[in-house]
Amino acid sequence: MNQIGPRIPAAPFDVDRIRQDFPILSQTVRGKKLVFLDSAASAQKPRAVIEAMSRAMETQYANVHRGLHWMSERTTDAYESVRDQVASLLNAPSRDEIVFTRNTTEAINLVAHSYGRGVLKPDQAVLISEMEHHSNIVPWQMLRDAHGNPLLVAPVTDAGELDMAAYESLLADGNVGLVAITHMSNVLGTYTPAARVAALAHQYGAKVLFDGSQAVVHRVTDVQAIDADFYVFTGHKLYGPTGIGVLWGRAELLDRMPPFLGGGDMISSVSFEQSSWARVPHKFEAGTPAILEAIGLGAAISYVNDIGYDTIAAHEQSLTDHALATLSAIEGLHITGRAQDRGGVISFTMDGAHAHDIATLLDRNGIAVRAGHHCAEPLMRRLGLDSTARASFALYTTHAEIDALAESLARVRSFFQ
Amino acid sequence: MSFDPMSFDPMSFDKVRDLYQDVILRHGRNPVHMQKLEVFDAAASGDNPMCGDRCEVRIKYAADGAVGKIGFDARGCAISMASADLMVEAATGCTPGDIRALASDFFGLVRTGDTASDNAALAALKPLCGVAEYPSRIKCATLPWAALLAALDGDTEASSE
Repeated sequence: MNQIGPRIPAAPFDVDRIRQDFPILSQTVRGKKLVFLDSAASAQKPRAVIEAMSRAMETQYANVHRGLHWMSERTTDAYESVRDQVASLLNAPSRDEIVFTRNTTEAINLVAHSYGRGVLKPDQAVLISEMEHHSNIVPWQMLRDAHGNPLLVAPVTDAGELDMAAYESLLADGNVGLVAITHMSNVLGTYTPAARVAALAHQYGAKVLFDGSQAVVHRVTDVQAIDADFYVFTGHKLYGPTGIGVLWGRAELLDRMPPFLGGGDMISSVSFEQSSWARVPHKFEAGTPAILEAIGLGAAISYVNDIGYDTIAAHEQSLTDHALATLSAIEGLHITGRAQDRGGVISFTMDGAHAHDIATLLDRNGIAVRAGHHCAEPLMRRLGLDSTARASFALYTTHAEIDALAESLARVRSFFQ
Repeated sequence: MSFDPMSFDPMSFDKVRDLYQDVILRHGRNPVHMQKLEVFDAAASGDNPMCGDRCEVRIKYAADGAVGKIGFDARGCAISMASADLMVEAATGCTPGDIRALASDFFGLVRTGDTASDNAALAALKPLCGVAEYPSRIKCATLPWAALLAALDGDTEASSE
């Protein structure tokens, strides 16, 4: 359940053993042991994912949904079984509600285009929050400009949490057709109270889409428990490959939506006069899909499930608590946001040192962090910042890596003083 | 410097000092030419859209057509601030043609880390050559120059792309 904190780990968690599953973590960078603290941008891949993709290419690969031959049938089975895995991952009511996309961005664009233009009326507003990634801002601006739907923005508090009172006011005042909001901020690590967000949206007659790009990596996701209408995420942050993302939508909504892209695989029949569409989800999967990437995503989901979300969440909570305590103790370092419910994404600034300079110095010690506006410029402006440095954690992150970060940051501070 | 090289990894320290030479740290921390000219003939801003850094350059021409005064207003990292400050020192008093030639040499310097140019004005900019080792930081160094070139061209916006 998304709204509940981590429970007691189901199994002992040995991070050193886990790290052996990720070949890249034994690499050195600039002569240093890699300390990879940029998993919120893209996570590293376990051997299980790498091998699943290689194995498919080496032993069992053909195009899907087409060939009447053994290889195609087996590949189709492998591809379609990942749809079952994703449905289970999200606790979706039906596998047919799982649409494969290229990434989160494409999934949101799909909804903005097909639900936005095909179902929403032009006077119905789309309500987002101040802490959205650009991928959950720009598609709605494009919808507004093409179709007229006003774009409303719910503010965040100084603590970096969604301002629920303002959110409800916007719902009450406006003719909101769709709420599109992050489930976990990629800058602040804040979890949004998804069930409350959805309940309020529904109370005022709006549907709700959650951007689960960050959230799905760290905690159990249950689209029925939070009562979402759409949920989107990307594979590469969930230890899977790039090029594969997911849109889950309620069947009755997906059924009403016109196709997004046209082409092969999404049709029922084609003539030069007209074509008819395949059933959902294939209606939204035009062209040869990312077959190998889907297989890789399936392996990633299995990998995560084998460890267990409760175990992962407990480990990452411990990392986050340790990092917040350790980094806060560094003089002149300021952690951005102080949400009550937050995960392992920590942005910070430092007196006298720009985020880029911090990142460059850390890089010299083999420590990878992100620096900049994190594709969330409006949030940066709201916080009065130009850029922050960001450390983000994954199931393979260790407490020692956070100590290395803190130690290096203390020296960065000295360097620029 | 309060920095103690013994407590840091010596190798990283040496390497990073190629980038953050004393002159860069000094100008980055305290850019002496960061001022908005109240009286100016041209102004242009440059953005690094990927990082949010911004630099506005204002210029005032002298009677002979040379660039008599340059001022800038910027937010950004130590590299971009130092580059802007050093740029003002190197370009003030030069003709637009000289500045364009110097900019071209400077772009070559920061991309390759070296230069074959015998332009004497380039010497003061050489401390920035370390950015060549950091491809993601080259734009930090070129941003103020992109703004200055745009101002010379009569444009108001430059991009370091």
